[in-house]
Amino acid sequence: MRHFKETLYRWVFTILAFASLLFLVGIILTLFRESYPLLAGHNLHDIVFGRFWYPTYDPPEFGMFPLIIASFVVTFGAMAVSVPIGVGTALFLNELASESQRAVLKPVIEILAGIPSIVYGFFGMIIVAPFIQNLLDIPTGLNAFTASLVLGIMATPTVASLAEDAVSFVPRSYREASLALGANRWQTLIRVVVPAAGSGISTAIILGIGRAVGETMTVLMVAGGAAAIPASLFDPVRPMTATIAAEMGEAVMGSAHYHALFAVGLILFLITLVINIFAEIISRRFRLKLGLGR
Amino acid sequence: MDRDVKISARNVNFYYGKTQALKDISIDIFQKKVTALIGPSGCGKSTFIRLLNRMNDLIPGARVEGRILMDGADINHPKTDVVSLRRKVGMVFQNPNPFPKSIFDNLAYGLRIGGVRDRGFIERKVVDSLKKAALYEDVKDRLHDSALMLSGGQQQRLCIARCLVVEPEVILFDEPAASLDPISTRKIEELVLELKEEYTIVIVTHNMQQAARVSDYTAFMYLGRLIEYGDTERIFTVPREKMTEEYLSGRFG
Repeated sequence: MRHFKETLYRWVFTILAFASLLFLVGIILTLFRESYPLLAGHNLHDIVFGRFWYPTYDPPEFGMFPLIIASFVVTFGAMAVSVPIGVGTALFLNELASESQRAVLKPVIEILAGIPSIVYGFFGMIIVAPFIQNLLDIPTGLNAFTASLVLGIMATPTVASLAEDAVSFVPRSYREASLALGANRWQTLIRVVVPAAGSGISTAIILGIGRAVGETMTVLMVAGGAAAIPASLFDPVRPMTATIAAEMGEAVMGSAHYHALFAVGLILFLITLVINIFAEIISRRFRLKLGLGR
Repeated sequence: MDRDVKISARNVNFYYGKTQALKDISIDIFQKKVTALIGPSGCGKSTFIRLLNRMNDLIPGARVEGRILMDGADINHPKTDVVSLRRKVGMVFQNPNPFPKSIFDNLAYGLRIGGVRDRGFIERKVVDSLKKAALYEDVKDRLHDSALMLSGGQQQRLCIARCLVVEPEVILFDEPAASLDPISTRKIEELVLELKEEYTIVIVTHNMQQAARVSDYTAFMYLGRLIEYGDTERIFTVPREKMTEEYLSGRFG
């Protein structure tokens, strides 16, 4: 009887643990199956590098380049905001902040991370976009720049808290060794702590990129929604995620448009997969470097 | 007279917040001699040597009273430059702590932060220091490999070499062999004996035999007080204090 129970538990937990794998396989299969009709009918190069996304025209055009470029522009813009702030925050928290400053800042960062993305989108739409529009005197504040800014603020807590972990993993003994050799705090930080935490910080940045690439609500609300290749940062854009969210409702199930949106999802999935693999490789190297084992 | 005083502590008290860790310590440390600090865990011996290069400055709420003079100058004086003090007083820690950099870069670090740019000079100093630390033969073909690839004993000798590069006058050893095997320990001890030709050495150790083997003077500390201080041979043969005798004979600690 006891033996039976143990076997039962074992199986139940094994199945639960492997459920994620099942979900992953299911999602990949669905993405491939649903985007296949489009991919089969068109040249891959035309899809990825096609300049015109007119899914409802007759005949429709499914050039995804404007969407892909929009995602890249907005993501890198967001990184330009979140990397300096996030990494700077992490270093400040670890090296300079007093106990009381830390006690305030760390929960603030966590709260920032917990704000739903639609609230960020709302904030971007109502506050940031009109501000940018008036400030620069441009036709619309809903553009790549504003989306980068809002998305950057949103990704900052991710970058900050992961980078903070990386920096706090640097053993105290490295700092002591450096200070004992007559280095000041700044030299210790730049020459010992940051290099030792380097790949951990890179992982933080890559995961921040992952967060920004996949974010939907905010970009849907503040990026402006124009599916055209932007001529400048201040043009409205339509990143991949926003495209899917905006168009899925109106695409007829089984239509070419429907399959094209799945193809957008597939490309998005492949991009985030590559990002995650990179993050994993780098963080493994980081653990080895600090002798923390595999 | 070969008994010049290098460091002289007078009535030193040290507090971590409200806890008093050192009580009225007065001691003279002699130039180019090895002074061992022994005593049971928590007696304040590590705390004391960390005062000599002001590593305790890093601890919030730490406070020193009394005076510590090095070559006659008060090291806790507000005008004392901590950076130059630490370059004069090197430290080797309990656990080997090479940076996750190459062997070469570990050694070059102390020079580079001091603003040295001359590559030839850096290379010469690196090789010299590795030789002095009896590590050169082990690593000469892989100076650009990571220092973390070395064994524990080699890492500790690397840390000693790293400390020698900046030409200190005093070297503090905080239980340098505590995490090493007996063979590596012996190599570190031999090294300490060679280094005292040129440097003033203070070594904290748990291990009484080690103190007897390497030191010229021994200080026995207990509960934050300096109980007895004198020639190592005398301390180990005819201790004056009952407590020293009991500790040395293994009755407590």
